[in-house]
Amino acid sequence: MATEALHENETLASLKSEAENLKGKLEEERAKLHDVELHQVAERVEALGQFVMKTRRTLKGHGNKVLCMDWCKDKRRIVSSSQDGKVIVWDSFTTNKEHAVTMPCTWVMACAYAPSGCAIACGGLDNKCSVYPLTFDKNENMAAKKKSVAMHTNYLSACSFTNSDMQGCDKKAMVWDMRSGQCVQAFETHESDINSVRYYPSGDAFASGSDDATCRLYDLRADREVAIYSKESIIFGASSVDFSLSGRLLFAGYNDYTINVWDVLKGSRVSILFGHENRVSTLRVSPDGTAFCSGSWDHTLRVWA
Amino acid sequence: MYSGASTRALQRLVEQLKLEAGVERIKVSQAAAELQQYCMQKACKDALLVGVTDRSNPFREPRSCALL
Repeated sequence: MATEALHENETLASLKSEAENLKGKLEEERAKLHDVELHQVAERVEALGQFVMKTRRTLKGHGNKVLCMDWCKDKRRIVSSSQDGKVIVWDSFTTNKEHAVTMPCTWVMACAYAPSGCAIACGGLDNKCSVYPLTFDKNENMAAKKKSVAMHTNYLSACSFTNSDMQGCDKKAMVWDMRSGQCVQAFETHESDINSVRYYPSGDAFASGSDDATCRLYDLRADREVAIYSKESIIFGASSVDFSLSGRLLFAGYNDYTINVWDVLKGSRVSILFGHENRVSTLRVSPDGTAFCSGSWDHTLRVWA
Repeated sequence: MYSGASTRALQRLVEQLKLEAGVERIKVSQAAAELQQYCMQKACKDALLVGVTDRSNPFREPRSCALL
């Protein structure tokens, strides 16, 4: 028995040192290819001019914090979910509410629009992901048609109709191969929890927003962080990030109620947007890139262009 | 008593690290150049970047009166 424990100890010790060696080797390999900074490469790129971006629509109707939103592929409809337990589908052009569903629980933390535009998915503290087909028939009870598609062991914090293959897990961002179920790359440079991750439009990189008040850009082919978007004056966490269509701009919503717009290549901030009266909790650029929508703990959503 | 669970966890970690160490990488200079090229190519289509005329952005155009 004692020899077994001793053997176990030795194995553990040798495995630990092998793990440390591998981590060191990984950093070495990554560092070898770190020959330049992104903003240096972008020095010759023309600087961006002044931005005039304003709130063009305000969507009012939720009774509590807006936690999540998503655009419909028609570039006009938006689904949003709130701590008040409601999921609302809006026509963002007219600001009319087209559908409203009351979930059996409060804190509906995630919602998504189906690519077909015919259904929405949502979930939260009920540990379930439910799909509601959208109907314009006033006699139909939307809640009656709902289908549960997944049971989780804990609350649903995000859902998407296409397999989301990225995950912010504490300070680590992990990239998964959905076919093998394996984590293929992992990045741990943030100093605090990551709240949001979003792919760069080309798919070769992704951005993250964190409680450490920075957003970062990671290139998947260089396998490393290539930019940090931060300012000394920004001390509150970034809750949600998304890219403009070309990937040149990164919009980030913060817990200090603002939205900062970053020049992705040069690393500088190009604009700061005020308007929300509480934390910005969710942010998505529209499918054709003509506008972006932000949701906030101030109960409203704003469409900016 | 040792259950062997921590050994298995460490073995998985070592395998995972070997996998990650074996990833093919390119130089940052090349990756950065390609990110930049993508931005430049798509810039003209990026409405939030270049700003389109108020007529073609449905959110910027003046809203018609609902009473009509």
